[in-house]
Amino acid sequence: MAEKTQDAFEPNIVAFLCNWCSYAGADLAGTSRIHYPSNVKVIRVMCTGRVNPLFVMNALQQGADGVLVSGCHPGDCHYMQGNYYARRRFTLMRRFLEYLGVDPARVRMSWVSASEGAKWKEVIEEVVEGVRAVGPMDQFKRRQINW
Amino acid sequence: MNTRPKIGVYICHCGINIAATVDVEEVVQFASTLPDVVVARNYSYMCSDPGQALITEDIENLGLNRVVVASCSPRMHEPTFRKTLMSAGLNPYFLEMANIREQCSWVHEDRIAATEKAKRLVESAVVKVRRLEPLEVKEVDVEPACLIIGAGIAGIQAALDIADAGFKVYLVEKTPSVGGHMAQLDKTFPTLDCSACILTPKMVDVANHPNIELLTYSQVEEISGYVGNFDVKVRKKSRFVDVTKCTGCGACAEACRQAGRIPNEFDEGLGMRSCIYLPFPQAVPAKYTIDKETCLFLTKGKCGDKPKCVEACEAGAIDFELQDEMVEFKVGTIIVATGFDVFDARNKPEYGYGVYPEVVTALEFERLVSASGPYGGKVVIPQRGKKKKKKEGEEEEAPRVPKSITFIQCVGSRDKSVGNEYCSRVCCMYTAKQAHLAKDKIPDAEITIFYMDVRAFGKGYEEFYDRVRREGIRYVRGNPSEIYKRGDKLVVRAEDTLTATPLEHETDMVVLSVGLMPRSDRREIIDMLKLSSSPDQFYLEAHPKLRPVDTATDGIFLAGACQGPKDIPDAVGQAKGAASAAMILMASGKVKVEAQTSIVDESTCRGCGFCVELCPYSAIELVEVNRMGWPVKVARVNEALCKGCGACAAACLSGSIQQRSFRDLQILPQIEVLGVSE
Repeated sequence: MAEKTQDAFEPNIVAFLCNWCSYAGADLAGTSRIHYPSNVKVIRVMCTGRVNPLFVMNALQQGADGVLVSGCHPGDCHYMQGNYYARRRFTLMRRFLEYLGVDPARVRMSWVSASEGAKWKEVIEEVVEGVRAVGPMDQFKRRQINW
Repeated sequence: MNTRPKIGVYICHCGINIAATVDVEEVVQFASTLPDVVVARNYSYMCSDPGQALITEDIENLGLNRVVVASCSPRMHEPTFRKTLMSAGLNPYFLEMANIREQCSWVHEDRIAATEKAKRLVESAVVKVRRLEPLEVKEVDVEPACLIIGAGIAGIQAALDIADAGFKVYLVEKTPSVGGHMAQLDKTFPTLDCSACILTPKMVDVANHPNIELLTYSQVEEISGYVGNFDVKVRKKSRFVDVTKCTGCGACAEACRQAGRIPNEFDEGLGMRSCIYLPFPQAVPAKYTIDKETCLFLTKGKCGDKPKCVEACEAGAIDFELQDEMVEFKVGTIIVATGFDVFDARNKPEYGYGVYPEVVTALEFERLVSASGPYGGKVVIPQRGKKKKKKEGEEEEAPRVPKSITFIQCVGSRDKSVGNEYCSRVCCMYTAKQAHLAKDKIPDAEITIFYMDVRAFGKGYEEFYDRVRREGIRYVRGNPSEIYKRGDKLVVRAEDTLTATPLEHETDMVVLSVGLMPRSDRREIIDMLKLSSSPDQFYLEAHPKLRPVDTATDGIFLAGACQGPKDIPDAVGQAKGAASAAMILMASGKVKVEAQTSIVDESTCRGCGFCVELCPYSAIELVEVNRMGWPVKVARVNEALCKGCGACAAACLSGSIQQRSFRDLQILPQIEVLGVSE
């Protein structure tokens, strides 16, 4: 891994992608050889409705600097309602993060369809820049305290 | 009895597709250090036979019980490698793939960063595969019947093919007759076959075929179920005519008080019809329909003393009491063949369509040149809005025959200003055909075509285009900016982009070669079937190259222009493809259903019913069980209905309901691996 310095902070971002839209969209970006930064690592789920807010917290606790959840456009969910569930959960989740004192800009949700390879790149770039601006996530790190 | 995981990791070079950006050797080294990894190998093409043999041999020789393949997207080759595992006697769900091609080597340029990411992705797959469980692949029966939505040429062709193969077909058409847009065309390019001559026999065939149940003037209202077992509800709209009695004689239409006053949709409003009508003479079924929007009796409750059509109908077929009828049936497969709309030329106001009667669309021109059209096949400037019926004592003004006709291509296609970036694929050729027909009908007419590019890509198309040019038709390269009137002439203002000279071109008539659009009512189908759209808003296929007729939903296929602009041969070809895809399912009679369904740990479920509320498929119910002598309610999943979305698993308060292959304990280790920074 590139070394983390103050100037060149490369955020590490965990993404949860639904199988039908965003994962396929990310695949299309690959097939179309659209280049984007390598900061985002993807976990595939069948639907964003599967993404438990616990996963997001867990990723931040592990030290991920940001989390992205990406699914089908509203109305296009392969499972009819999953992305609506996800949207509601993440609206609440962001408020909860604020309450905890974690910058909600670390958590993002986006809609990328299976045909939007180019949009996937845009989302990645936005997320990476957004999280880079917020800085490294170390709020949950156990610190050694010198009494 | 959990045996220790023994994992084999296989990194694919994919030729140089992966190896050029990812240091495969380094990833192999790294993978071999991961817990429970017994062997890590690389190979040039893992999906090839020798590549797969590596896996099967290792399973046999090393006793592997888990496999990770790091290669392309699981959406590409997961089925391939599942089969590999099965052939070696391993449960196919002991596989996890790391997508190091589409989501790594193809999108990153920095070799070090890409290699690091590939390692993480492989590690994430390894920690997940350690915790995967064997799943049972269940099969359900496929109902040997197919629903086809839309009876244009694509729907008709698919219906005939499937019915000929011996399966039941329900062909549902919204309008009173089958035939679609093709029935409106006069001749077809490049062979100049008469459209009706090649289409009407097929229209009659779908009506008479013993395996086809034709539901015209009907609309699909509801579809539920899953591949092999769809429940369909169709509304048969009331025609207010008893089709078993109607003989199609047409006496009613002649008698109608509004005869000749209602614009006929089939003639693009250029011809007139009655309130009770047959859209066109060769309509199938040849049964009349009362248009309830215009019928005096149905709108005003009164039509003279007695509706004239009722008096005229000797068969006694007209019945204003007839109601819509709901039909329900079960099918195993569905083909969507809903076709297209033509571009509304009023959205290009600079061309004056709707302002100048001399400006017509190409589809209107088809009706003009058609011998069965409102002007009997004469190329004239249509008298829009004027009643064709002679009033007494009034001389009818004969429609004007144009001495010069100008065609403008790409109206509503390849035009970002109207939001259509795509090429409609048929306009170049139909314009050439229409120019030829115009020249044929008015030999001394001066004919000019304004074009951007001419795309003559099909079989015989270039030859046809060449022929038309040699007939003395003038092609001018340029996209007109404006049309206005000067005296009784239209003036087309354009720039000849080959000579870079601005020009003003006088003409008697302008034909706008309008493009093909996604249907304005496509949302109904999208909502009902959960189809996706491409950026151009046509329905999205499962794979642009290799699965062009499939959708993301098993058992639902696409045919014709609903998937994108198509000419007739392409629509027919795709219809045959969709028919064949549907028949594969129906002929095998069995289909594998989702194995990655949800499962409840009944010993911890507290029966709150949250998941029951949430499940979009009503696949979960609360049942009473005995827990240590106490009756308690717990959730239970109906696996035939569960589609494996996992919404319940994300919501469960006690973590009792889990999605197989996507359990909390399978995803959390992935997060742990990918989340750690540095």
